[in-house]
Amino acid sequence: MIEFKLPSLGADMDEGKLLEWKIKPGDAIKRGQVIAVVDTSKAAVDVEIWHDGVVQELITKPGETIPVGSVMARLRETGEAAAAPKAAAPFPEAPAPTPKAAAASVASVPPTLRKPASPAARKRAHELDVEIEKVTGTGPHGAVTLEDVEKAAEYAAPAPAPAPAPAPTPAPAPAPGADRQAEMRKAIGAAMSRSKREIPHYYLAETIPMHRAIEHLTRANEGRPVTERVLMGALQLKAVALTLKQFPELNGFWRDGAFQPGAGIHVGVAISLRQGGLVAPAIHDVDQRGLGDLMRALADLVKRARAGSLRSSEMSDPTITVTNLGEQGVEAVYGVIYPPQVALVGFGRIAERALAEDGALRAAPVVTATLSGDHRASDGHRGARFLAALREQLQRPEEL
Amino acid sequence: MTVTYREALRMGLYEALENDELAFLMGEDVGRYGGTYAVSKGMLEKFGPERVRDAPLSELAFVGAGIGAALGGMRPIVEVMTVNFSLLALDQIVNTAAILRHMSGGQFAVPLVIRMSTGAGRQLAAQHSHSFEGWYAHIPGIKIVAAATIDDAHGMLGAALRDSNPVIVFEYPALFEAKGDLTESTVDITSAKVRRSGNRVTLITYGSCVAKTLEAAAEVDGEVIDLRVLRPLDTDTILNSVRRTRHAVVVDEGWRSGSLAAEIMARIMEQAFYDLDAPVARVCREEVPIPYPRHLEEAALPQPEKIVAAVKAMF
Repeated sequence: MIEFKLPSLGADMDEGKLLEWKIKPGDAIKRGQVIAVVDTSKAAVDVEIWHDGVVQELITKPGETIPVGSVMARLRETGEAAAAPKAAAPFPEAPAPTPKAAAASVASVPPTLRKPASPAARKRAHELDVEIEKVTGTGPHGAVTLEDVEKAAEYAAPAPAPAPAPAPTPAPAPAPGADRQAEMRKAIGAAMSRSKREIPHYYLAETIPMHRAIEHLTRANEGRPVTERVLMGALQLKAVALTLKQFPELNGFWRDGAFQPGAGIHVGVAISLRQGGLVAPAIHDVDQRGLGDLMRALADLVKRARAGSLRSSEMSDPTITVTNLGEQGVEAVYGVIYPPQVALVGFGRIAERALAEDGALRAAPVVTATLSGDHRASDGHRGARFLAALREQLQRPEEL
Repeated sequence: MTVTYREALRMGLYEALENDELAFLMGEDVGRYGGTYAVSKGMLEKFGPERVRDAPLSELAFVGAGIGAALGGMRPIVEVMTVNFSLLALDQIVNTAAILRHMSGGQFAVPLVIRMSTGAGRQLAAQHSHSFEGWYAHIPGIKIVAAATIDDAHGMLGAALRDSNPVIVFEYPALFEAKGDLTESTVDITSAKVRRSGNRVTLITYGSCVAKTLEAAAEVDGEVIDLRVLRPLDTDTILNSVRRTRHAVVVDEGWRSGSLAAEIMARIMEQAFYDLDAPVARVCREEVPIPYPRHLEEAALPQPEKIVAAVKAMF
C-alpha cells in the first residue's frame, strides 16, 4: 500500500487546499502523472506522484485544507491485491497487506545519506529556500554551515541562458501561480527562439588562472564582516565591465539592422527563480562601482528578483549579460544571447587544474570564461581579444 | 582588595561564623591543625572549640552529625577534606540530607552546608584527584555550587548558609594560590555567569577549568560561561549564548562518560538544536585514573591547547 501525502511545494508552505483530484479510485496511475491540483498560498500547483499504482481510496476532499504530510490518498502497488474497503480505518496497513508486499515496501526505502549540514544551516536554508544539497560545505567534514547557506542565497544561482521577457516578473496583477509560471516559460521560449532564429552566434572559450583574483579577494575580505564579504561573482562582473570599455562593439544592442552602442555598461545578471525560470536584470554602470558597492547591489538584486520586485529599468537596460553556473558545478556555459543584446559572457566553476605558466607546471585554480557573440555586431577576432583582455584583467585584481 | 583564593575562602568562613552565632565549623583537622589547606587557620582561637570542632576520621559520622545539627536548628558548616573522601559519607548526603524534606512531607528542612575540595592538578595521584561534582549534581534535593573566582570563593559560603536546603560548596586546591580582586560583597547561588564575551563559540565550564578556558577563549573569540551552580543548572544563560554563537564546547574536569558535560550537551541539543552550526564538543578528563607524574597528569586533564583544538575542529 502506498500512502500519498501532501508534499511541501515550497519552503514556506505548511498547508495546502485541494482544488481538484485528477484521478479516481480504480485508476491505474504512472510515476510522474499529475494527480491533483493543490492551491498553496502562492499558486495552484499540479501535484505529481512518484509511484506507479492503482488508486485505492481518495481521503482528502476537494476544498479541504490540510497540513503538509497529511495522507491524501492510498494506492495499491501494481500487483497488490485490493484491500478491503474498511482499510480506511486508522491503521490501514493492519487489515491485510500481503507479507510480500509489506516486505517489498520496506526494502524499497533504502536509507539515504543526507548531505552533512548543521541544524542551523538546514533551518536557514528552509527559510531562504536554498537547496542544501547544492550548497558547498566548508564546515568540519564538508558540512554545510549557516554561513555557507547565507552565501549561497546571496549569490544568485544563475541560470544557463539568460533571457526572460521583462514582462512576467514585475507582473502587475498576481495571476495564479501556475499561470505565472506558464507565462514565464512562454516568455523565455519566445526570447530564446528569436535569439536562435535571428542571431548568428559564435562561441569562444578561454581558461583563466584565478589564483591572483582569489588571493586578492581573500585578503580584501579578511577585514570585512561576514555580511560584507565580496564574492567572486561580483569581482567577475567588475572584470567584465572594465574589459568591455575597450570593446564597445560587444556592449549594446542590435536594432533595425544596425549596432547601437550602450549608453553605459549595464550588466544583466542571470538569476534563477525558485519556482523555475529566470530573469537577467541589470546592475547599472558596473565599470564605475567599487567592489563593496557592487556586491551590495548584486545581493539586493538577487533578493528582489526572487521577491518579484524588480524595476522596469533593470529589466530593459542590460547592455550585455553575464551568467555564472560555477556554483552549479559545470566547467563552462555557452549561453544564448538575450536580444537585442549582442553578447553574453559565461563563467563556469573555479576548479584546480594543471596550469602551465612561465615554463612550469603546477596546480592552480582556473575558470573557463566563454563569450557568445552576435556575428552581425562583432567578429571572432575581436571576441578572442576580449576574452584575452578579460584573462589579463583578472590577473590584475587590484585594479578591480 | 587583592587576595588569594585561599584568603578569600578564609574571609568567607570568618564572616560566616561571625555573622551567625548558630553557624559552626566541623571536620577533620579544621581546629588545632587549622585546616588541611589552612583555610580555617586561627578560627579555633577566635571562635573556640564549641564552634570550630575537630571531628574523628569518619565522614559518615560527622556529616550525619551535621544533618542532625541542621535539623536541630543550627547552621552547620561541615568540611569534608576532599571529594575523594566524601564517598564515605554518600549515604548521609544522598539518602538523608537530600531527601529528608521530601520524606517528611516538608516538615524538616536540612540547612546543611558541606564544603569540600575537589579536582586534580597538584600531583596528589589517582585516589586524591577525583572530580565528582557531576555525580553530586545528579541528585535532586541538594544544591551544588563551584567556586571558580575570588568573589565566589569568598561569597558562596555565606549564600549557601542563607539557603534552607543542603548545599555543597566545591573549592579548588588548584586555584588556592590564584590572586584577584575582591569586588562583590555577596554573590548569588542561582545563576551562571559570562566571564568573557565572545562571538565565535560558547565555552561552558566550571571550577578550576574556568581559568584554562579563559586562556583558550582569548585565542578563538570564545564566550566563557562559568556555570557556578551545577545543580540546578542555569540553562537559560547557556542557551542565550549558544543561540548567538551557534557553537558550543563544554570543558569539564570530570571524566567524559556520564559527565556533567554530557548533561549540558544534552540540554543544548534538546533546546537549541536548530541554532547549532556544528555538533557540540567537549573537552574532559581522559578516562584513566589520574597519573602521578606531572607531565602525565597534565596530559590527562583539560588544557587550553586542547580547548583551542576542539574549537578549531568545529570550523
